[in-house]
Amino acid sequence: MSISNEQAQAYWRENLRIIMTHLAIWFVVSYGCAILFVEQLNEIPFFGFPLGFWFGQQGSIFVFVVLIWTYVFSMNKLDEKYDVHE
Amino acid sequence: MSLDVLTFLFVGGSFALYIGIAIWARAGSTKEFYVAGGGVPPIANGMATAADWMSAASFISLAGLVSFIGRDGSAYLMGWTGGYVLLALLLAPYLRKFGKFTVPDFIGDRYYSQTARVIAVACTIVISFTYVAGQMRGVGIVFSRYLHVDINTGVIIGMAIVFFYAVLGGMKGITYTQVAQYCVLILAFTVPALFLSAQVTGHILPQIGLGATLDNGMSVLATLDQLSVDLGFSQYTSGKKSTIDIFCLTVALMCGTAGLPHVIVRFFTVPRVKDARISAGYALIFIALLYTAIPGVAGFGRVNLIQTLNGPDGSGASYEALKTDAKWFQQWENTGLIGWNDRNGDGKVQYAAGDAFNGAKGKPAFLEERGEHGQRLATNAKDDANFDPAKQPFANEVYVDRDIMVLANPDIAQLPNWVIALVAAGAVAAALSTAAGLLLVISTAISHDLMKKTINPNISDKQELLYARLAAIVAICIAGYFGINPPGFVAQVVALAFGLACASVFPAIIMGIFWTRHNSQGAIAGMLVGLVSTMCYMYYFAFGSGTPDQYFLGISPGGFGTVGAVLHIVVGFVVSSMTAAPPKEIQEIVADLRIPRGATEAHDH
Repeated sequence: MSISNEQAQAYWRENLRIIMTHLAIWFVVSYGCAILFVEQLNEIPFFGFPLGFWFGQQGSIFVFVVLIWTYVFSMNKLDEKYDVHE
Repeated sequence: MSLDVLTFLFVGGSFALYIGIAIWARAGSTKEFYVAGGGVPPIANGMATAADWMSAASFISLAGLVSFIGRDGSAYLMGWTGGYVLLALLLAPYLRKFGKFTVPDFIGDRYYSQTARVIAVACTIVISFTYVAGQMRGVGIVFSRYLHVDINTGVIIGMAIVFFYAVLGGMKGITYTQVAQYCVLILAFTVPALFLSAQVTGHILPQIGLGATLDNGMSVLATLDQLSVDLGFSQYTSGKKSTIDIFCLTVALMCGTAGLPHVIVRFFTVPRVKDARISAGYALIFIALLYTAIPGVAGFGRVNLIQTLNGPDGSGASYEALKTDAKWFQQWENTGLIGWNDRNGDGKVQYAAGDAFNGAKGKPAFLEERGEHGQRLATNAKDDANFDPAKQPFANEVYVDRDIMVLANPDIAQLPNWVIALVAAGAVAAALSTAAGLLLVISTAISHDLMKKTINPNISDKQELLYARLAAIVAICIAGYFGINPPGFVAQVVALAFGLACASVFPAIIMGIFWTRHNSQGAIAGMLVGLVSTMCYMYYFAFGSGTPDQYFLGISPGGFGTVGAVLHIVVGFVVSSMTAAPPKEIQEIVADLRIPRGATEAHDH
C-alpha cells in the first residue's frame, strides 16, 4: 500500500459519504414510498398503477438497479482519485 | 408433439447440458473447489449469483404468493432485491479484499476467535440446510406433475444430478452450470410472462401490461380490486398487514439476503475488488429481469384463475366442463395441489373467500375415492355451504395451492405445449442451481471451517478436498431426505433462515468492517443474543403456545430478525465498549480491508 494514513482516512470518509447518499435513496424509495407513505401515494395514479403500489412492486426494484451502478461508477472514480485502484 | 415428449426433451436436454459443463469444469484443487480458482469474470459471476439466489421459491412460489396476497407481497419483492444494494455497498467489496474462502473464515479471523468461528459455522449450516430442503421439494413437484413419476423419484433424480456436478466440479463446476441454468430459467419465466401479458392486455411487457386498461374500460389492477372485493377477498392493491410488520419483514428479508452465506461466497470468486461491486450490479440486473415480471404474472394469473373457475358469467364453471376445457384443473387435483368440495351440490366449481376444507390453510386431506363427478374426495371437506351473503355471492368450494400459479399459468392461459415444457425445465433449473450453491456452502463449512481451521489444521490440500466431497455427499443425502419427507413447517423454517442471517451473520460482518474497535467479546455476545432471541421467538410462535395477539409490537416471526439484529448491535456495542480493544494487527487488517488496492487472489493462509 502506497498511500499515507491521512489519505486513507480521507478516502474512507468520501467512501462513507457515497454509501450514505445511496442508502438514503434506497431507504426513501422502499421503506418511504412503498411502506410508510404508501396510502398517501396510492391516491396518485401512475400509468394505471396506484403510485405507492407501483413503488412496492416495480419502482423500487428499478431504483435499486440504478443505485448499484451509480455506486460502482462513483467508487471507480474515487479509487482513481486516491490512486488505490487495482 | 405431445407435452410429455416435449417436457422430456426440454428437461432432459438441459440436464445433458449441465452434466457436459460439469465434466468440462472439473475441480482439481481446494481453491478451484471453493472459489472456482478466483478467476470468474464479473458478468458470468452476476449470472451465477442470480441463478444461485433465485430458487424454487422465486421461480415457483413468489408469483403465487403475490397473486394471493396482493400488495403485502411487496415486502418479498423489495426484500429479496433490496438486499443486493446492501451487499454491493456494505459487504461484497470488503469481503473480497479480505480474500478468504468463507463467511466463518472472515468472522473467525476478524474476531480472532475460534468460538466466533464455530458460531458462524453453525449459522451457516442451519441456514443452508433449511433452505436446501425446499429446493428438493420443488424438483419433486415439477417431476410429479410433468413427468408422471412420483415426487420421491423426482427428488432422487434431482439429487443424482446435483451430486454429479457439485461433487465433481465444486465451485467451478457449479458456477458455469449456474450460468447455463440462469439462461434456462430466465427464458422459461419471461416467455410465458410475455405471452400472458400480450394475451390479457395487448402489451408485450408485463411490467407495462399490469398498468394497462382492459376491454371493460378498467385497468388490470382496478379489475382485480373489483373481482377480489366481489368475492369477499380484500382489495388487491391494499395491504392487510400492519405497517410495522411489513417494515420489519422487509428489513429482515433485505438484511437476511445480504447475510446468506451462499450468496456472499459468490463474491469471493471474482479477481478484483472492483469486480465484486460490478458483479453485484450485474446480479441485480439479472434478478430484476425476473422480479419485475413477477407482479404482472401474479396479476394476470389471478384474473385468469378467477375467470376460469367462476366461468364467464361469474356463477361458477361446471366441473364436467373443466375436465375438457381446463384440463389443468384435474391434473393439479391429481397431484393434490387443487381440491374441490361441491358444498352446494350444483356440480359447479365456485371460487370465493373462505376455506372449503377444514385443514390448516384450508388444505384438503384426500381419500382414494372419487365423487360423482370424478373429483377427489377428502376427509376434511366442510359439509355446510354457509357464507356471508353481504360479502360474497357463494361459498368457496376450491382449494388452490399458491405454489402452482407459475406452473399452471401457461395451462390456464392455454399457451402452446413448448412453453409449458420450457417452464418445467426452468423450474428445475431454479431449484437445482440454488441447491448446488447451498450444498457447496455446507460442504465447505464442514471441510474447511471445521476440519481444517478448527479440528485438524495439519490436513493436506488433497485430504481437505476429499472431506469436502464427502461432506457434499452427506449433505445431498440429508437434503434428499427432507425433500422426500418434508417437514410440515417449511414456511416457518425458511423464515428462520432469513431471521438467523439477519440477526447473526449480517450485523457481525457489517460491524467487523465499519467499526474497527469491535472486539471478539462484543461480536460473540452480539451473535449469541441475535441468534437466541430470534430462534426463541420463532420457536414460541411456530411450535409453542404463542398466538398472534402476543406478537411483540405486532411483529410476526418472519420480521423478528430485525429486532434480533437491533439487539445484536446494541449488545455488541455495549460489551465491546466495556472490554479491551482488539489487538493492533486486527485493527490493521480492518484498515487494509477498506483500501481496494493489493487484493490478492482468495488464499488459504
